Amino acid sequence: MEILVCVKRVPDTSENEIELNSAGNDIDRDDLVYSVNEWDNYAVEEALQIVDKVGGSVTVVSVGDEETEEVLRREMAMGAEKGLLLSDDAFEEADGRGIATALKAAVDKGNYDLILTGAQADDGAGQVGGMLAAMLDVPFASLVNTIEVDGDKLKVGREIEGGNQEMHEVSLPCVLSIQTGINEPRYVGIRGIRKVASVEIPTMGAGDLGLDVPAAKVKRLDYFLPDMGEGAEMLEGSTEEIIDKLVELLKAKGGLK
Amino acid sequence: MEPALLSPAAFKFFHIPTALFALLIPLVGTGVFVFIMKRRLAPLLKAAPDNRFNRPLARLWRVLKIWLAQWRQPRYRMAGVIHIFIFAGFLVLSIRSTTLVFLGFWPGFTIPGFGGALGHAYNIFKDYAATWVLIACVIAAVRRGIFKPERYAVPKHYGKDHTGEAVFVLALISTLMISESLFEATLAAAQIQELQPAEFVAPGTLAWMFRNMLVDTPIVQLQSMHITAYFIHDLTFFFFLCFLPLGKHFHVITSIFNVYFMRLARGNIKPVKYGVSEAQLDDLESFGVKKFEDFTWKHMLDFYSCADCGRCSDNCPANAVKRPLSPRFISIKGRDYAFANYPLSGADVVKAEDYQLIGDIYSEDEIWSCTTCGACEQECPLGIEYIDKIVDLRRGMVDEGNVPQSLQKPLRALEKRGNPWGKMEKKRGDWVKEIADDVPVKRFEKGESAEVLYFVDSISSFDDRMQSIAQATARILAKAGIDFGILGKLEKDSGNEVRRFGEEMLFQDLKSQNTEAILEAGIKKIVTADPHAFNALRKDYDNLPPVEHISQVICKQIKAGRLSLTGTNGDGKVYTYHDPCYLGRHNQLYDDPRRVLDAIPGLTRVEMLRSGDRSFCCGGGGLMLFYEPEEEQRMGVLRVEMAARAGANVIVTACPFCLVNMEDAIKVAGLEGKMEAVDLCELVASHLAD
Amino acid sequence: MAQIFSYILHKDGALDDTALELAAAAKKIDASANPTAIVVGSGDGLDAVCTKVAASYGEVWKVANEAITYPDAEMIRKVLVNILPAESIVLIAHEHFGMDLAPGLSIKLDSALATDVVAIEGADGATLKLVRQEFGGAVSAHVTCDAAQGAVLTLRPGSFGADESQSAGGTVVDKSSEAGDLTAQRKYLEVVEAEAGDVDITKSEVLVSCGRGIEDEENLEIAFDLAKAMGADVSCSRPIVDAKWLPKARQVGTSGQTVKPKVYMACGISGSFQHMGGIKGNPFIIAINKNPKAPIFQVADVGIVADILEFLPELTEKIEEL
Repeated sequence: MEILVCVKRVPDTSENEIELNSAGNDIDRDDLVYSVNEWDNYAVEEALQIVDKVGGSVTVVSVGDEETEEVLRREMAMGAEKGLLLSDDAFEEADGRGIATALKAAVDKGNYDLILTGAQADDGAGQVGGMLAAMLDVPFASLVNTIEVDGDKLKVGREIEGGNQEMHEVSLPCVLSIQTGINEPRYVGIRGIRKVASVEIPTMGAGDLGLDVPAAKVKRLDYFLPDMGEGAEMLEGSTEEIIDKLVELLKAKGGLK
Repeated sequence: MEPALLSPAAFKFFHIPTALFALLIPLVGTGVFVFIMKRRLAPLLKAAPDNRFNRPLARLWRVLKIWLAQWRQPRYRMAGVIHIFIFAGFLVLSIRSTTLVFLGFWPGFTIPGFGGALGHAYNIFKDYAATWVLIACVIAAVRRGIFKPERYAVPKHYGKDHTGEAVFVLALISTLMISESLFEATLAAAQIQELQPAEFVAPGTLAWMFRNMLVDTPIVQLQSMHITAYFIHDLTFFFFLCFLPLGKHFHVITSIFNVYFMRLARGNIKPVKYGVSEAQLDDLESFGVKKFEDFTWKHMLDFYSCADCGRCSDNCPANAVKRPLSPRFISIKGRDYAFANYPLSGADVVKAEDYQLIGDIYSEDEIWSCTTCGACEQECPLGIEYIDKIVDLRRGMVDEGNVPQSLQKPLRALEKRGNPWGKMEKKRGDWVKEIADDVPVKRFEKGESAEVLYFVDSISSFDDRMQSIAQATARILAKAGIDFGILGKLEKDSGNEVRRFGEEMLFQDLKSQNTEAILEAGIKKIVTADPHAFNALRKDYDNLPPVEHISQVICKQIKAGRLSLTGTNGDGKVYTYHDPCYLGRHNQLYDDPRRVLDAIPGLTRVEMLRSGDRSFCCGGGGLMLFYEPEEEQRMGVLRVEMAARAGANVIVTACPFCLVNMEDAIKVAGLEGKMEAVDLCELVASHLAD
Repeated sequence: MAQIFSYILHKDGALDDTALELAAAAKKIDASANPTAIVVGSGDGLDAVCTKVAASYGEVWKVANEAITYPDAEMIRKVLVNILPAESIVLIAHEHFGMDLAPGLSIKLDSALATDVVAIEGADGATLKLVRQEFGGAVSAHVTCDAAQGAVLTLRPGSFGADESQSAGGTVVDKSSEAGDLTAQRKYLEVVEAEAGDVDITKSEVLVSCGRGIEDEENLEIAFDLAKAMGADVSCSRPIVDAKWLPKARQVGTSGQTVKPKVYMACGISGSFQHMGGIKGNPFIIAINKNPKAPIFQVADVGIVADILEFLPELTEKIEEL
């Protein structure tokens, strides 16, 4: 099976304290460290496991700048055979739709049976997988947490509320967006990345893909901090008063269902 | 004069000279033995290289002390003393046994030099030796067969019980002792009957007893007993020789070599591959041990040498809390693998290309369960090592991407941020802010300079609770008038556990960043309060200025009168010192922290049963904090209970990881209010006299 | 202003809470909007759903189709593409169904898409002014959405107060005949229920988490009672798992699960580094601890100094009364 996995380079929330910059309109990017989006990493692992079972190869693709290559290499160190970087100034201002358009053009140039994306990204909106499927006119399933290959069909499970699982039969080709926890991604260290350091990663721009990136309809204007106090506000008074206040707070914060 | 009895060299059995058998048995026995040994050597020849031919004098000293003098044996009193008796008896009797073999076909054979007075003296001595060996064997057999000490038990999942083999070998040894004594006693009895000058038999020995019993036995019977005893001895001797390399008694042969080649340094970790420099690591196809032949030959020799005495596992904290690790079975499974795949008959077993030891004879959890505390190696009377093997197996797993999810995040954070929590580099020195008013701490990152570098390491830099250790350390250094500074954001995790968890390349990365920053700072000395950093900087880094642990510094400063401590004012507390593994066992620093405690006037200090080089690990530091082992209990809880049993209500540690684990354990054990844990620096800082 | 549609989630004849939240959200876009609800499904309960919805929406478009026994996003997308007019603004709740439906729908409608919207600050002509959260809620962002050719918005449940006015008095319009061809290459099979007691706390929105302050295994009942009253799940800190009072799967912390709830009620938890490391997404943290110096109070939003063994049962009682 030929599998394409779409990955994204993001500031990793687990290794960053996301803070606003001094101007207050963007996050402080000075000390950020980037890595592959966690969901995408699970998608790559899943693709590798499918290929281990049924054969084929895995290609990882990303839309981004030169530094995105680092992320592609990390995923190739996991075992993805090929990498593809879609890079163009025109992509920089693109919204989800623009990214999906670029990816669609890349998909059209290949011959993929299955396309995986992460269900969402820390700095994203969980859009690209579904958009890409619609553009390609192939079926889509989001939040996928199991995949079983059955000939030219897949049996997939979607994670829905309460730990339940919604099962579907999906014909290939298709696009699936992968939920974390579907597998246990393998570890990639510095050594693994160095091993693939010299593998050529082709880069394609908008021109190579022969496309016009649609103007973004959704634009982020700025970042700001949601209101948060310092330290705990201590509730005081009689137990009854405290409970009343607490119940009000629980209601306001969605703690009561 | 006719001899009182015909010797086996002269005797004829149905007209066949028995000398023929006496010649044949050693020839066949030795032949079979050589064949077996050749097969046993086969895997060692395919093994990875190991650098064990350096420092011959130091190695010889180990042989004299640990092998010949059996230095570590009496750490287990009963078993140790029994073993010493059997071992010493073996050494003494080896001369006699060799003589006997020759006597069978070489009438009147004596080993050169043993003809005269020395021979007579030796004869007396060896009679006593045979006697004490027999007694020791009986005691040992009763102990193993009837009392069955717990540490010899074999848990079901590790296979069959080994008691049978142990008792069988004791029986073989006893047979050797009895037949040897009988051989001698029959001759002596006959000589008395023939009124010939009898060989002196030492009173009270086995041979003496037999002789007295046989004085009235007819010569004909004595003759056949004499010959029979000889051949029982001869056969048993060669059977035993060939039996040794088939099981745990292989150590009788390998121990001297194993001790000679044992590790000399402590606390260090073997290179990925001997002969491959750090700069060449990138060229290696594969890292660590994935298949059996990736072990070094010394590590294979370790497997052969394990005597199954169970001391390693008895001291192993992972085993104590029922993690799936028992060091003894690391060796036994390795040995069994070698025996099965390099069989005596038939060809070597060829494994599939993707074969992995992990998942076959070892499990992932087993290998991740080790805290590298070193208690097993400290105890092993044969110099078997475990940490390097575990690290090599981990290197293999890391290379295959086979790392528990709980460890992947901290490893990634270490790669990106230089600390396992992924905290911002620029906040590494933030612990200074709280004490900035009264304790000046210089910052090399800001271009300041100082004589001494205080290397803080990650946990004391970032953990809210452990920052208090860093602050106390700074306070002490300042009080002693030491000109010191910190690296701040230039400091990265020391990587002690990164290396020990098998992520060598990440360790190399951290090491080179730290080395550069330290050398750049132009300091003369490094001080740290974190034993893991202490160990890494001393053992894993090269070309750094000297490194001292804070307890050494405090000790010196007190001695020099630059620090003085106020008393406890009868606080009614009883203190006990918990030796951190990386300070004690791995770096031999046992006394300085105790001296510091004793320098606090009025402080009452008790020792736990397990202290010093037998200290019991708190649960492990560094990445071990992130690993989620299967266990029935926490090591820290056992440790806290040990402290309570010693009558202490304050556990003093000298390691931030120990403190994390102890404080947690006190809560889990429900001892809050009854027991507290404190770091040595915190304690000293609170007793600084003006 | 373009017409605003809300896609109504319903199950077994009952409306999902978000049905009224979407009505409120529509008003934020345009106070004078008279949004249209779309109810898709089959069976007898559908009409009852439409009637309920009609109280809050000016118009309810009903699409009854025997093929849609289960809300399968791939099929419903086709329905919506067939019935929606051009340039519509479509509101959908941001949960597993919305995430499955919205991206593809926006492509097929050729309209803009903004997902996981937590606030709407109004519209400037055809440009919608929205607020989203990023980085697990660490920061919020102002976002503009050009809805000139329509827009699909998914709204985070609980972020918009429900429109309880019930004053719309809307009419139900049957659009079933416009649904069109619904054959899809994705076939819904079944829902596999999670094993009883097998709670995935990493997906829980509200957690009642207990630590050593619970003191005894039998006292866990107090936490479960409270969780039940709140509609929350019970998680715990490591000592509880160590004591084998709760399974490992319920442990929050660096050595346990990483949770991303909206509300985290830490009961008798001191708040160690390791424990707090397992809490992501900036939830609203309520700490109850009898030790006023417990570090948890530094990271919590609201703190209460109390013995949980006494406090929790009283709280449970109060909530049950509501």
